[in-house]
Amino acid sequence: MKRFILKRLALMIVTLIGLSVVVFIVSRVAPGDPAKLAAGPDATEEMVQVIREEFGLDRPLVIQYTIYMKGLIQGDFGRSIRTRHLVWDDLKNFMPATFELVFVSISFSILFGILFGILSAVYRDTWMDHVIRFFTITGVAVPMFWLGIMLQLLFSAKVHLFPLGGRLDTMVLPPPARTHFFLIDSLLAGDWGTFANGFHHILLPAFVLSFPALASITRINRAEMLEVLHKDFVLNEKAQGISDRLIIFKYALKNALIPTLSMIGLRYGWMLGGTILVETVFNWPGIGNYAVGAAVYSDFQPVMAVTIILGLNFMIANLLVDLGYGFLDPRVKYE
Amino acid sequence: MKPVLEITDLKIEFDTFEGTSHVLDGIHLSLGKKDTLGLVGETGCGKSITAKAILRLLPVPPARLVSGEILFGGEDLLKKSDEEMKEIRGRQIAMVFQDPMTFLNPVFSIEEQLVDVISAHSNRNGSRKEIDRKEAKKKAVALLGEVKIPQPDVRIKSYPHEFSGGMRQRVLIAMALSRSPQVLIADEPTTALDVTIQAQILKLLHELVERHGNSVLLISHDLGVVAKVCRRIAVMYAGSIVENCSTEALFNEPFHPYTQGLLNSILTFSKRKDAAQGIQGGIPDLIHPPSGCRFHPRCSRAMKICEIEKPSPVEAEKNHVVSCHLYPVRKVKSF
Repeated sequence: MKRFILKRLALMIVTLIGLSVVVFIVSRVAPGDPAKLAAGPDATEEMVQVIREEFGLDRPLVIQYTIYMKGLIQGDFGRSIRTRHLVWDDLKNFMPATFELVFVSISFSILFGILFGILSAVYRDTWMDHVIRFFTITGVAVPMFWLGIMLQLLFSAKVHLFPLGGRLDTMVLPPPARTHFFLIDSLLAGDWGTFANGFHHILLPAFVLSFPALASITRINRAEMLEVLHKDFVLNEKAQGISDRLIIFKYALKNALIPTLSMIGLRYGWMLGGTILVETVFNWPGIGNYAVGAAVYSDFQPVMAVTIILGLNFMIANLLVDLGYGFLDPRVKYE
Repeated sequence: MKPVLEITDLKIEFDTFEGTSHVLDGIHLSLGKKDTLGLVGETGCGKSITAKAILRLLPVPPARLVSGEILFGGEDLLKKSDEEMKEIRGRQIAMVFQDPMTFLNPVFSIEEQLVDVISAHSNRNGSRKEIDRKEAKKKAVALLGEVKIPQPDVRIKSYPHEFSGGMRQRVLIAMALSRSPQVLIADEPTTALDVTIQAQILKLLHELVERHGNSVLLISHDLGVVAKVCRRIAVMYAGSIVENCSTEALFNEPFHPYTQGLLNSILTFSKRKDAAQGIQGGIPDLIHPPSGCRFHPRCSRAMKICEIEKPSPVEAEKNHVVSCHLYPVRKVKSF
């Protein structure tokens, strides 16, 4: 087990290096001259050259990459060429917003995905199953950004039920920072007003971000439950007089969760990518929004940093999923 | 002696894609207290369907009850509510299934499964649950010892995949006997096992029911298996019981042509000089079953009446019932 985790961590480093190479090359071959964009429309060629030299953009690609990686190892993501901020400082500001949104969304999709999957399977071909299936097909078919805009039009523009965007109202101060998750911090501070406000704000974006994942988790859990409920061992459990509730929620569910877990891992990755769209639509002050803002100015460093952070996060999630298999299935051995 | 379990004129049909399959065509069976009855027949003749029908484990639809009753302790099981059936399953009538490889839940330990079965009916009053489980565990260990699993207190922590087929069947037997049911239905309990293990399991089963005094319905396609354990044997062909008598009578003087054919199909080294004969023809199509006696197309002694009329059960000799037109009609009520 320990060896397995160490091995996977080592592999993660290799993957990260690969990721950094790809991201680096893509950012450098992309059209647009970051120095020119940073210097502004009125800058002379000399001024642009000064910026190029300052950020090392005039040096060969291999040297640039080496310098970048040397910094990265020490936790230095470089400087934004446009704002001249240290990228790490920006990340520290924007990351919690993204991870709070993703955390709420993935928890919501896992919890309700599994629940709806069970209900849909147990009440197969009833109205409940039909309703759930209608929404799951919608969920996998509708693009996130479109759903986001539609919900904004409906609930923010037509009916003023939810705010259009942001993490909190402008008049509400963020709670004292401990976990940097506003929902948790406000609760820790006992500040119910701020909690309610934060909750009100996160609802729509979290729903939009979780909808496709919720749909696919529901679908796969329904299919797996249906299969497991027809297995021999379920028949035996019925014949032994074990209650339906125990059979469904304990004996069948644990079997069904094994494939569902793969789907959760996969959907988590999609969700991390989806934050870029959802944050943009809902003006959510996270790293997705931050990366988009930088990309418009060919400002590479933030984009690379965000890509690496999201990539690392996905890798950790995958490791957790693989460990989860061992928890669910005693036949899995980590060698 | 008043029978514990009595099946009269049980007719069950299955709605299939190709049409209605007339699976059980009026079954008559009775099982006395502490009696051991073997139910023998070819694959597909309806043995397992009969067993599942007793515990009401057939999926409805496609299964459909046409007529008949299954009296258990004087009450018709077919008229019980689902809740009442749950009280009966495992507690009063228990079942051991055919394939030990697939009838244990792969992702739960033996302990978990046994304890849940043992406490399946006792934990209605939730407050004493923990104590119940501790007691249940003690009982589970004792049961594993009784079915001769070595080091039961250690092995109980194992998962099904760590057990051999024979050991798993022992666990299933322990499970079925855990609440001392009045009736034990064993559906081909040794079919999936090696011949050497078969003998061990049969011996164990025999010992246990002798000690606990359960009534046993043993289902098998193997006359040899049934002969070892059962006092009486019922022979089934294409959905009806064709002969029902003591084990000795069946082997010494079988009445029904089908039973005679079955006995002629057994390979023996001693006694017989000629090779095993087998029965001509194949298993009939139960969607379009033969008219009259369902065996007549394969019967060497078929008469005209066999095509037209289904023979009724006749007590040809004392306690020897046969359904065949070769024997004079003399209606019997119980057998």
